[in-house]
Amino acid sequence: MLKNSDKIFTNLYGEYDWHLKGAQKRGDWDNTSSLIKKGPDWIIQEVTASCLRGRGGAGFSTGRKWGFMPKDDGVTARYLIINADESEPGTCKDRDILRNEPHKLIEGALLSAFAIGSHVGYIYIRGEFFREAERLEVAIAEAYEAGLLGKNAAKSGWNFDLYVHRGAGAYICGEETALLESLEGRKGMPRLKPPFPALIGLYGCPTIINNVETIAVIPAILKRGAAWFAGIGTPENTGTKIYCLSGHVNTPCNVEEAMGIPLKELIEKYGGGVRRGWNNLLAVIPGGASFPLLPKDICETVLMDFTSLAQAKSGLGTAGVIVMDKSTDIVRAIARLSKFYMHESCGQCTPCREGTGWMWRMLIRLADGIGSVKDIDLLEKVTYEIEGHTICAFGDAAAWPVQGLIRHFRPELERRLSIGKVA
Amino acid sequence: MPKLRIDDQEIEVLEGMTVLQAAELLGIEIPVFCYHRKLSIAGNCRMCLVEMEKSNKPIASCAMPASEGMVIHTQTPMVKKARQGVLEFLLINHPLDCPICDQGGECDLQDITMAYGSDASRFNLNKRAVPDKDFGPLIETAMNRCIHCTRCIRFANEIAGVPELGAVGRGEMMEITTYVQKTITSELSGNMIDICPVGALTSKPYSFRGRSWELSNTPSVDVMDGVGSAIRVDVRGREVMRILPRQNDAVNEDWISDKIRFAYDGLKYQRLDRPYVRGKDRHLHSVSWEEAFGKIAEHLQDIPGDHMAAIVGDMVDAEAIIALKDLMAMIGSSHIECRQDGARTLSSPRCSYLFNTTIAGIEQADFCLLIGTNPRWEAPLVNARIRKSYLLTGLPVVSVGPFHELGYPVNHLGDDPLILERILKGRHPICTQLQNSKHPMMILGQGALRREDGQSILFLARQMAEKYAFVQTTKPQLLEHWNGFNVLQTTASRVGALDLGFIPSRTGYGLKEIMESISQKKIKAVYLLGADEIDMELLKSAFIIYQGHHGDRGAAVADVILPGAAFTEKPGTYVNIEGRVQRALKAASPPGEAKEDWKIIRALSEKLGLELPYNTLEEVRARLVEVNPLFDELDTVQRAPWQEFGEKSDIHAVPFKSVIENFYMTDSISRHSITMAKCSLEILGGQKRANVDG
Repeated sequence: MLKNSDKIFTNLYGEYDWHLKGAQKRGDWDNTSSLIKKGPDWIIQEVTASCLRGRGGAGFSTGRKWGFMPKDDGVTARYLIINADESEPGTCKDRDILRNEPHKLIEGALLSAFAIGSHVGYIYIRGEFFREAERLEVAIAEAYEAGLLGKNAAKSGWNFDLYVHRGAGAYICGEETALLESLEGRKGMPRLKPPFPALIGLYGCPTIINNVETIAVIPAILKRGAAWFAGIGTPENTGTKIYCLSGHVNTPCNVEEAMGIPLKELIEKYGGGVRRGWNNLLAVIPGGASFPLLPKDICETVLMDFTSLAQAKSGLGTAGVIVMDKSTDIVRAIARLSKFYMHESCGQCTPCREGTGWMWRMLIRLADGIGSVKDIDLLEKVTYEIEGHTICAFGDAAAWPVQGLIRHFRPELERRLSIGKVA
Repeated sequence: MPKLRIDDQEIEVLEGMTVLQAAELLGIEIPVFCYHRKLSIAGNCRMCLVEMEKSNKPIASCAMPASEGMVIHTQTPMVKKARQGVLEFLLINHPLDCPICDQGGECDLQDITMAYGSDASRFNLNKRAVPDKDFGPLIETAMNRCIHCTRCIRFANEIAGVPELGAVGRGEMMEITTYVQKTITSELSGNMIDICPVGALTSKPYSFRGRSWELSNTPSVDVMDGVGSAIRVDVRGREVMRILPRQNDAVNEDWISDKIRFAYDGLKYQRLDRPYVRGKDRHLHSVSWEEAFGKIAEHLQDIPGDHMAAIVGDMVDAEAIIALKDLMAMIGSSHIECRQDGARTLSSPRCSYLFNTTIAGIEQADFCLLIGTNPRWEAPLVNARIRKSYLLTGLPVVSVGPFHELGYPVNHLGDDPLILERILKGRHPICTQLQNSKHPMMILGQGALRREDGQSILFLARQMAEKYAFVQTTKPQLLEHWNGFNVLQTTASRVGALDLGFIPSRTGYGLKEIMESISQKKIKAVYLLGADEIDMELLKSAFIIYQGHHGDRGAAVADVILPGAAFTEKPGTYVNIEGRVQRALKAASPPGEAKEDWKIIRALSEKLGLELPYNTLEEVRARLVEVNPLFDELDTVQRAPWQEFGEKSDIHAVPFKSVIENFYMTDSISRHSITMAKCSLEILGGQKRANVDG
């Protein structure tokens, strides 16, 4: 269990003042300029040594990502973009950071921007986060007033401007290249990769895009040392992580815990246990709606980190833990997720545009017990025809929950088909 | 130069080429829908997925840059499955209405499904229905069939420069549309029909008229502007069913203008299919060829040779021009004229009337000065090249002349010709930019040459060309050097006629003198070879022989009408604006008793007792080469040496004017096309058809 002193987000629950004064009392903006004086190479080195993995879902090493930036030619602009388009169903960690710890994010933005040689940063915030955007604007204004942003930010000698851009509520705009398109004023549709944004990103310039949580932990890593961060969690999955517990738990909450905490411990300790006891557990989606669900027997033992969950054929994703007890109609639940993906598909590439609707329609039929066993096989094959064949990872995200359902709950699907149409 | 292996064949490709292009070089076919060689890469159809070693996912070969050491497989089970999957997805919402779809038989989706798809459908749910759109009088839509490849959107945005198409909605609900139900206003819009891989965009005039396998295809040349685009004439029986582009990267790339594509229905109406003679009652009476020739012979008997003039029109082939020129020489007249629009061009030196930079050469230019021209209407494909160059290199375009929306930013300096004088004297702000350009080009439009002071403008333009870097050597023998002096001819016959010297010699009368001499009775007979764009009122009092294919302005005042063949109905040689000699083949027979034009002139010469010395097409073409050896070199540009031209005199301070009032009606064929009439009304006139939904 994470010691209280190791917690990074000390105001995660908004018990204290989120304004600059309050944040400074908790250690934000403490000695920022001396960190910057150590140079960009030192920052990247520290971040790499901390083994920080991106908190947006894919879990890519942040230090390595920053290392992909080309050498600064002194002419081309370089951008830092903070992805605050948190729309993954079951996930609300960035929202609490934006609400209660905005200055951690802003300080992290300055440090990260300096490390990658960027003078301009954008925070692309989800359109629905209206109050959060307001608060963020206030926090940024405070930082400007205190000389922490703008020319000679935090007396470091580095100029850095930070802007907030509000999205219009499209899930796909959380995909980094769709985010770039949206930021440039076009329809949010993912770009082809390669080239990756680190080489050709916003307005064709080198760009680093990181999740809110990733950027917000950077100051803590630099202040307390990479070794401290790497010492928390498991070797491949270091540091702390905000888990979002929702669904059929007694006390749904966000909680910061060490990476690699057992799922059962997380639910029992912070979620107050599953409704009507652990034995009432049906399944858990461990990483936000995009990842396959895990049935109860796997939930008993699985650890909450990228490696262990990948071994269990699921993923940590955004660590949005959705708990479902036995009262859940699991087929209908996944069908609802499928509908979400059909609605949010950008429509650019074929498998996802055509496949998401097909999957949803097959699923609602199966939920009603219409069709034959062959339809389950067909559905499964369709998910594999979408997975890996699309421009962005959205196709995978749409296919995985369905695959998880078929993998773990095929008997339930067959039972429904055997009794025919259920009311 | 990266080396990679595709299906166990090694290939070295140029930096920046994609895996798909590398495979193409090896002759390995990879099916595609959204990829088009002239458009940007979208990578959205996912049909071109191939397997790459060290990648756990298949890659889109159209978008993946070929790089050193790649190992690609295009025939593995993984690829096969991916292709089948994509096709299945495309087909679940694609109506299986191939039997009633105009694309049937030439549909990419049909062909690729046959080659790569699975045998049966597993989809047992309802298909999506999408309302059709109204894109105007040329493009028929069946949006249920759309596979969202976005080729049409990219064409509109990139090639045509009219960003009028887009996709609204998301996911399954995505629809390709204009905003909202707006007519597409591009002169190149028909090309969207070609690039649409399915039957979503089809030709409205051609809809339900024929099937692709019923048509015979004949390569030909666009005669409705001076560009000489490569076309294919599709014929059933003797009816032209449609006209499509052929690929010619030097001229039109993959595109043609809407006028040549859709005006073919004009070939069916108001045709001259038999000879006519105007009787004593002032009405035209249909007669036999013998009678018509007899009437001409009878009339010309009393007229001295030099009291006769001949004017050649805009769509005449070189064979007919040389035959008429030889005939006029035998008759003893030097009053021959091909500049029926009154342009002050001379037939020498050659560089003074050619598009010297060449069309492909536009891509090398780093500055473009338009003088009295609207390339978008006068030569849509030249305009498309300028836009392409603008997109590639940011070509700055400066215009002196009437303002037009050209599809790229234009620095419009005004329409006063005196601006040119200021540029020449270095007293214009644009001069600095011009001085810094390494490969500047100017395009002199007919709007600048169809003026009293046309020769002075040519002189001025030549001085400008020599002062700045437009022309980089004035020594005639150095041909490889940059030549940025261009005249944009608007008609298909003009360069050929000038090459053959079909303009009056020193003693001969030009257009203006011919007109004046008619009223003074010094010219008593005029031979109009397809010439319709003259003020016929001034000719009326002379004896008029009209030879052509349409009952247009010329035929209305003619005393004898000799029915000729349209460009699709005869083998013909045309020289385009660059001086490129091109051949069109005969696609259909002329209607009724109409004949190929040079044959008519040959037959008439015999009746006049003068007998032209050629009997076959080969002999006429040999005569062409005899008159001008350039006609021996087909499909290549013979660059013209730089020589002095123009005459020094004052420029009139009269603003430049546009020469084309209505793009869709510029010649006797397009004036009789119903489709072009609709375009004039709906696209230029902004009138919507009454039955528009929405």
